[in-house]
Amino acid sequence: MRPLDLLWLVPALPIAGAALNGLICLFWPKAPKATATWIGVGFPGASMLVALAAIWEYLHGVNPDPFERTFWSWTAGELSIPVAFLLDPLSVVMLFIVTFVGFWIHVYSAGYMSHDPGYRRYFAYLNLFMGAMLLLILGNNFLVMFVGWEGVGLCSYLLIGFYYDKKFAADAGKKAFIVNRIGDFGFLIGMFLIFTTFGSLNFITVFAQASTLSAGTPVIMWMTLALFLGATGKSAQIPLFVWLPDAMAGPTPVSALIHAATMVTGGVYMIARCSILFALAPVTMEVVAVIGACTALFAASIGLVQNDIKKVLAYSTVSQLGYMFLALGVGAFAAGIFHVLTHAFFKALLFLGSGAVIHAMHEEQDIRKMGGLKKYLPTTYKTFLVGTIAIAGIPPLAGFFSKDEILWKAFANGDYVLWSMGIVGAGLTAFYMFRLLSLTFEGEKRWDAGKHPHEAPSTMTIPLIVLAGLSIVGGFVGIPASLGGGNAIEHWLEPVFEKANDKMSLKLHGIETIEYVLMGLSVAVALAGIYLARLWYLKKNDGPNRVSSRFAGMYKLLLNKYYVDEAYDAAIVTPIVKGSDKLLWRVVDVGIIDWCVNALASIFGFASKGARRVQTGVAQSYAIVFLAGVIAIIGWMLVK
Amino acid sequence: MSFANPVPVSWFLVLSALLFAIGVAGALTRRNGIGIFLSIELMLNAVNVALIGYSRLLGERSGQIMVLFVMAVAAAEAAVGLGLFIAVYRQRRTIDVNRLNLMRW
Amino acid sequence: MIDQSSILSTILFLPLLGAIIIALMNAENKKLIKILGLMFSTVPFIVSVWLFLKFNGASGEMQFVERYSWITNLDISYKIGVDGISLLLVVLTTFLTPIALLASWESIENKLKGYVALMLLLEVGTLGVFMSLDIFLFYVFWEFMLIPMYFIIGIWGGGERIYAAIKFFLYTMAGSLLMLVAIIWLGYYASTLPGGIFTTDLMKLYQIAPGIPMSIQSWMFLAFALSFCIKVPLFPFHTWLPDAHVQAPTAGSVILAGVLLKMGTYGLVRFCLPLFPFATFTFMPYIAGLAVVGIIYGALLSMVQGDLKKLVAYSSVSHLGFVVLGIFAVNEEGMQGSVIQMINHGLSTGGLFLLVGMIYDRRHTRMIKDFGGLAKQMPVYATLFMIVMLSSVGLPGLNGFVGEFLILLGAFKSDLLGSYAYAILGATGVIFAAVYLLWSYQRVFFGKLDNPENQKLLDLSRREIAVLVPVIVFIVWIGFFPNTFLEKSAASSKQVIQMVQSARQGVRTAMLEKEIITGRNKR
Repeated sequence: MRPLDLLWLVPALPIAGAALNGLICLFWPKAPKATATWIGVGFPGASMLVALAAIWEYLHGVNPDPFERTFWSWTAGELSIPVAFLLDPLSVVMLFIVTFVGFWIHVYSAGYMSHDPGYRRYFAYLNLFMGAMLLLILGNNFLVMFVGWEGVGLCSYLLIGFYYDKKFAADAGKKAFIVNRIGDFGFLIGMFLIFTTFGSLNFITVFAQASTLSAGTPVIMWMTLALFLGATGKSAQIPLFVWLPDAMAGPTPVSALIHAATMVTGGVYMIARCSILFALAPVTMEVVAVIGACTALFAASIGLVQNDIKKVLAYSTVSQLGYMFLALGVGAFAAGIFHVLTHAFFKALLFLGSGAVIHAMHEEQDIRKMGGLKKYLPTTYKTFLVGTIAIAGIPPLAGFFSKDEILWKAFANGDYVLWSMGIVGAGLTAFYMFRLLSLTFEGEKRWDAGKHPHEAPSTMTIPLIVLAGLSIVGGFVGIPASLGGGNAIEHWLEPVFEKANDKMSLKLHGIETIEYVLMGLSVAVALAGIYLARLWYLKKNDGPNRVSSRFAGMYKLLLNKYYVDEAYDAAIVTPIVKGSDKLLWRVVDVGIIDWCVNALASIFGFASKGARRVQTGVAQSYAIVFLAGVIAIIGWMLVK
Repeated sequence: MSFANPVPVSWFLVLSALLFAIGVAGALTRRNGIGIFLSIELMLNAVNVALIGYSRLLGERSGQIMVLFVMAVAAAEAAVGLGLFIAVYRQRRTIDVNRLNLMRW
Repeated sequence: MIDQSSILSTILFLPLLGAIIIALMNAENKKLIKILGLMFSTVPFIVSVWLFLKFNGASGEMQFVERYSWITNLDISYKIGVDGISLLLVVLTTFLTPIALLASWESIENKLKGYVALMLLLEVGTLGVFMSLDIFLFYVFWEFMLIPMYFIIGIWGGGERIYAAIKFFLYTMAGSLLMLVAIIWLGYYASTLPGGIFTTDLMKLYQIAPGIPMSIQSWMFLAFALSFCIKVPLFPFHTWLPDAHVQAPTAGSVILAGVLLKMGTYGLVRFCLPLFPFATFTFMPYIAGLAVVGIIYGALLSMVQGDLKKLVAYSSVSHLGFVVLGIFAVNEEGMQGSVIQMINHGLSTGGLFLLVGMIYDRRHTRMIKDFGGLAKQMPVYATLFMIVMLSSVGLPGLNGFVGEFLILLGAFKSDLLGSYAYAILGATGVIFAAVYLLWSYQRVFFGKLDNPENQKLLDLSRREIAVLVPVIVFIVWIGFFPNTFLEKSAASSKQVIQMVQSARQGVRTAMLEKEIITGRNKR
């Protein structure tokens, strides 16, 4: 049996693990804890092995065609939806990220969550997430993708609200689910438009038909805009990014897995998957690029002033996702996916590192109360440093290649404004990441003497080391030709994006000099950011205070995240809730509709109240009426 | 015919009408259940008188047969009716129909 | 084994037999009454599973038809049969009744005998509605069903039970009287045709009713539709529902939501559409519009309720709005979606009522504000509640999604509705469903367990788990393998749609002719 034939096991194993752990959790509470670990880590581990074997076989396949396998179908009318998997270069990349990074985060979780009373429940949710995410990336049609898409949303809800007795955690989970639902609404509408236009939801069929269409058809524009709304929800872009920072209420490994490495890149994956549709809709592409660039800059600016270690990373994630969308929007689909790959490594690493820090600091997340941890957490520090350099975009670490590729494509596409937003964002990224690093690990201790930080157990440090290694070398799969590399990932993904690239016709060749200049520029900007951060936060400089008091209004705005949550509350949430309660329910439903019904009943009631006076209950009075009637009839007969 | 000078039929009818009127008046005015019941019997017998009168006039037997029916029914009615009144009396300690107004409104 | 030719009658009359036997028993023998009640409702379920397996899904015709003359000179007969659509509803009914009985195993002690007998009679009434192939017989069952429900709400209900029971009864009755008039008129109309006789045979009426002149057809359609829309209930005829649900005992709510509401939507599918296709075209934008309003309105009202039962009741208005929207999309996707959504709603809303009933049995309150943090105290309950709630939210992988997706897809591509607005507005219901259910779930299960009353709560008993597990099995089953059920109703849905669509072809030609004639006249 070939590994590809076992592809179904890849999502099935984690789901089985989730079911098993879930059932044990409910019905056998006294089960030994080791079983939770073995099931919770073992099933995704087995799934990873199958996935790697399948990838290996696919890589060595004689036939590079996409691999499809149908299991069963749903049918209704013209609609026929196979529950089927597709393995092509794009899903191979995603499959690798999800199973590999996912597995290491599971290993890490076994250490991180070991003292949590909800240990088994945690693994049940996390495994379920893996299963849903794998469905999302392996589905060969929009519907299976959507099943996974909502499934990961559910798991995200469950895991964010994992500490459900804390109100903010439960609120954050609910918010994530609902905001994602708004995006899913767009996804649904997009699917309907696709089905009515192409008569199918199968990727290969739809894209084959789409490539015959000409660019700029309105229906394609609406379709892609609707899909993009879905992507903004899942991938936390403006205007639906609000849930991701709150999502940090969940356990830290969850933030690493779901809210950094895998789920949030679902939107990027989806757009990349539909690259041909988006390439046919220039307006949408423009929208995607602009939203991406704006989000990148916007979130980075908020990240500058946050003091919660996870919040900084959360805004950084939003910002990095913005870069990915920028890449997609300018037609650099491969670069977008490349950034998904590298970002998965270094952002998972950073989150796991922050988890180790939080663990060491006894659940303290405020970086103002840290400092000097370098000495106590050497491994964490080193790996965190690697992640920070990688995200800052310093060569030759992973982040440099992918981010630079995006900026270069944006520039080459002629979007100079977006490019400059990107480069400013890159500088900001370097700044806030080094601010974080400096405040957390370097400088002097700012924590209570009562705390005794210590290095995390090996179940936690080994994943850090693995991910740090990947953050260093991960970029090498995409070294651009101008630097003498083969840009292997772009070539690898070319079969998937071929048609879209044809439509976009990016002009990228023959201007290597500019490429070098830009590369130098972005490295310089990043270095400037790093320098400033080190200067301000390492050397006891009063720079930050001066700047924040000078621009007090701006500072406050950033600290309060531009008041977006408050604005949404005031403009959308409150009017709907209040309106439904005070107007719709109390006035329309009870006051008008039900009142009319009861009024109708009352009219009959009143009328019969009058009429029943006749019914005295005295038989004799009835008899008198009866007699009068008889006399009247007889009289009438006589007169007649 | 054995009677040379028969009683004219109008006499029967007048008697019948009088009896019926007394019965109606009684049924409408009495409060006591048994009184009402007696008045109804009176009305039934008024009808019997009329039937017999016509039967004689027309030489038709069926009138007299009807009378026997009415008497049988009246007897049955008396049995059921008195039974009901006893039952009511046991429950309510009265058979004043004005006070038996459970179903009023 | 059961004789295949009378399998439907067997299902239909077994509960009646049970009701009679129970009615003759000694009221003190409670244990035996309960066991008999359960037995007489479980056996029909087993038989109907057999029916389900025997049913030939490839054919859209009525199957297992039985016919006995009843009122010969009016051609009224006892004629029953099932097609794919009614088959699923029959199975749903026989499935939910034993579950409802098992759910009230301990909560009903007062006048138990009458309760069990009435539940079985209720099953007879609803099964009869779904099986009847004679409009007159249909009407008899339709009205018959009201009586046991009236007593179940009125005797075993909550504080305002009498008000709710009377409101339920009169509201439904008012609609159905108009339907009676329409039924009589239909029979009469059949007799006015050349060589026609008075008939209430549905199959014969299918042939002739579309020919009714448009002016009368509209009235006929409205008379039927009003009765069904009240039952559904479609906005703005829904106000009896929250009252009835809140007051009814748990099992009553389960059957009311799970089965009785489906009678309305089933009626629309079985009678309104195929009998009066032209009127359907005229009124479909309005009814679909009301359905969309209902989807959003029900969801918004559900969001602000403080009483869990009322919340679920209003969510029914929203969900049934989806069903009506799918029906009036008049295409196969929408119709199939509606059929499966009827089943889904029976399972998920029925399940929610069961769950609410379980907590009510423990705490004697249904107000959300009295709870909080229950997940800690009752993990099994919280988990099962979560699954059923997510099914109601329409999460893919569970049943609710299948129905909503097909319905919205059908509405979206329906050229008869002619506008994307229905589907797009309807789809916002998907967002609101998440809002109201997640919000209430959070308030009940999450947060601190600070009410001392709640700290004493016991998790679900084995019996309660046994009640919920079958529901959840079907929720997941339909979510993953909807084809098991969809394939049974596919041909029947297609048939209904064809009956309507073929009339449209007729209209089109007629209109074309009219245009040609008027065009000629103008010239």
